[in-house]
Amino acid sequence: MTAATLARARRRVRPGRILLHGFLIVTAAIWLFPLLWAIYTSFRPYSDTLRNGYVSLPSTLNIDNFANAWNQAELPHFYLNTLIVAVPAVILTLFLASMVAFAVARFSFRFNLALLMLFTAGNLLPPQVLIVPLYRLYLLLPIPAPLSDNGYLYDQYLGIIVIHVAFQTGFAVFVLSNYMRTLSKELTEAALVDGAPVWAIYRRVILPLCKPALAALATLQFTWIYNDFFWALLLMKSGDKRPITSALNNLQGQFFTNNNLLAAGALLVAVPTIIVYFALQRQFIRGLTLGSTKG
Amino acid sequence: MAVSEGRRRRYSLLTRRDKLVLALMVGIPVFFDLALIWGPTIVSILLSFTNWKGIGGISASNIVGLKNYESLFTVYPFFWSALRNNLLWLVFFLVIATPLGMFLAVLLDREIRGSRLYQTAFYLPVVLSLAVVGFIWELQYAPEQGFINNVLGRTGQGSLIDWLGDPSLNIWAVLVAASWRHVGYIMVLYLAGLKSVDPVLREAAAIDGANARQTFFRVVFPVMQPINIVIVVVTMIESLRAFDIAYIINRGKNGLELLSTLITNNSISEANLVGFGSAIAVVLLVISLGPIVIYLTRMLREEAT
Repeated sequence: MTAATLARARRRVRPGRILLHGFLIVTAAIWLFPLLWAIYTSFRPYSDTLRNGYVSLPSTLNIDNFANAWNQAELPHFYLNTLIVAVPAVILTLFLASMVAFAVARFSFRFNLALLMLFTAGNLLPPQVLIVPLYRLYLLLPIPAPLSDNGYLYDQYLGIIVIHVAFQTGFAVFVLSNYMRTLSKELTEAALVDGAPVWAIYRRVILPLCKPALAALATLQFTWIYNDFFWALLLMKSGDKRPITSALNNLQGQFFTNNNLLAAGALLVAVPTIIVYFALQRQFIRGLTLGSTKG
Repeated sequence: MAVSEGRRRRYSLLTRRDKLVLALMVGIPVFFDLALIWGPTIVSILLSFTNWKGIGGISASNIVGLKNYESLFTVYPFFWSALRNNLLWLVFFLVIATPLGMFLAVLLDREIRGSRLYQTAFYLPVVLSLAVVGFIWELQYAPEQGFINNVLGRTGQGSLIDWLGDPSLNIWAVLVAASWRHVGYIMVLYLAGLKSVDPVLREAAAIDGANARQTFFRVVFPVMQPINIVIVVVTMIESLRAFDIAYIINRGKNGLELLSTLITNNSISEANLVGFGSAIAVVLLVISLGPIVIYLTRMLREEAT
């Protein structure tokens, strides 16, 4: 193909480009609309929408709904509940998963593949398949005092943390073992020949090299655990210990629902994950793609 | 031969202490996985043959054989509607949401201006929790105050469309809201796959005179086989796991029955029919084994190569 035909080919696709952008702009606008609508509604006082209807131009815009949602739903309290669960859960998940991944990826055992399959399959199970016996286990298993204030895992932060760890470890093992396999085999071998203990190799050689993958996974896991609604709904009885995703129920009146207030509340709940996404976009995407493509 | 020698050499370098450390490094996480994931899953299967109500111990008198399954399939009215809704969810995702996500990924894979911006627009819903997604869509669907009815002029008492309340409509309304999130997820996964395709393949196709569509269907799509499987598995698993949105809207009732909500409603939140709920959980497990087996087979095959 000569330069001339290439140039002609490029010119020929121009109308196609316009069509492409047209399609993408319309689709993107449709996609953003529900979110923009929630933002618009949240800035309008209830009295304004009552008078003019929801599909109307605003007479006043203010942040009263946000302030009310913040106080009425006690959002700071629930953000804290989520952090109490999410931070230890993410750290523990990465710690446990990196150990398994290290053993599986750097040493050849007979059970490597079986182990990997055990974790991966466990991560793919719908949580509802195991919730009923798990709920019973949480009510039956005695847990000593400093770890639990009612003697069980049920209705405890610890209970929510451990189920997140158990469930998320599967995905993290899968991602990290793929990542560790791409590191040179000689690294481990040379250290072993030098007489370094296995733990030191894991801690000083392999873990530091996995920082990009760990950062990506931490971002992703934090978002997933932050967004969890299911485990806490069923394994946490006390309403005031539930995470932020459950807090919105406090804004839903029994006889009357103020949609403007609810919109503001929903956005406030969403803000941390949106910030995490924009701040750590690269890590976020990498975490997802490490899981789906090999290496 | 060389490989197995290398392997043996590496083994001999491990001290007894090293082997113990490795065993613990693997053993502790495996213990948690077995105790909290696989153990309860197996207990679910066992409990499904009992009529245990969660009070007192279980004795031989609690064993009822297949009775739970029998009543599930014959007299329980919600089972078939839940199964139908789960299958509808699966088909809707597989036929509409997932292909749309793949299509957007293919469009955004070319070098176009503003690609990042478009990606963000499609991806933003994915970072929201399904609970938040539920509330955001209630602003669209609410009968009198919602955007859709206001635009359609259907807010009057006689003409009101109750998107989330009408049992013949609400599953579709929920599927649209759930797809809003699913499309972006698939787009990102597929886009990453497309970026990893060797550009030489496309160049070769272009030189052979293939147009964009031919290049995609004859060259790119076939080499994307591993990602295509991931996409299908992710789609199936997500549809079987669906719970949060339906629960937020009406606790998974009145047209929004799902296997997942039936399990929790029967055995935890509203009644203590542990055995009966477990039978529903086993049905969900059996269906989920489909995508899980597909995925594990792919892992095995990759390991073999």
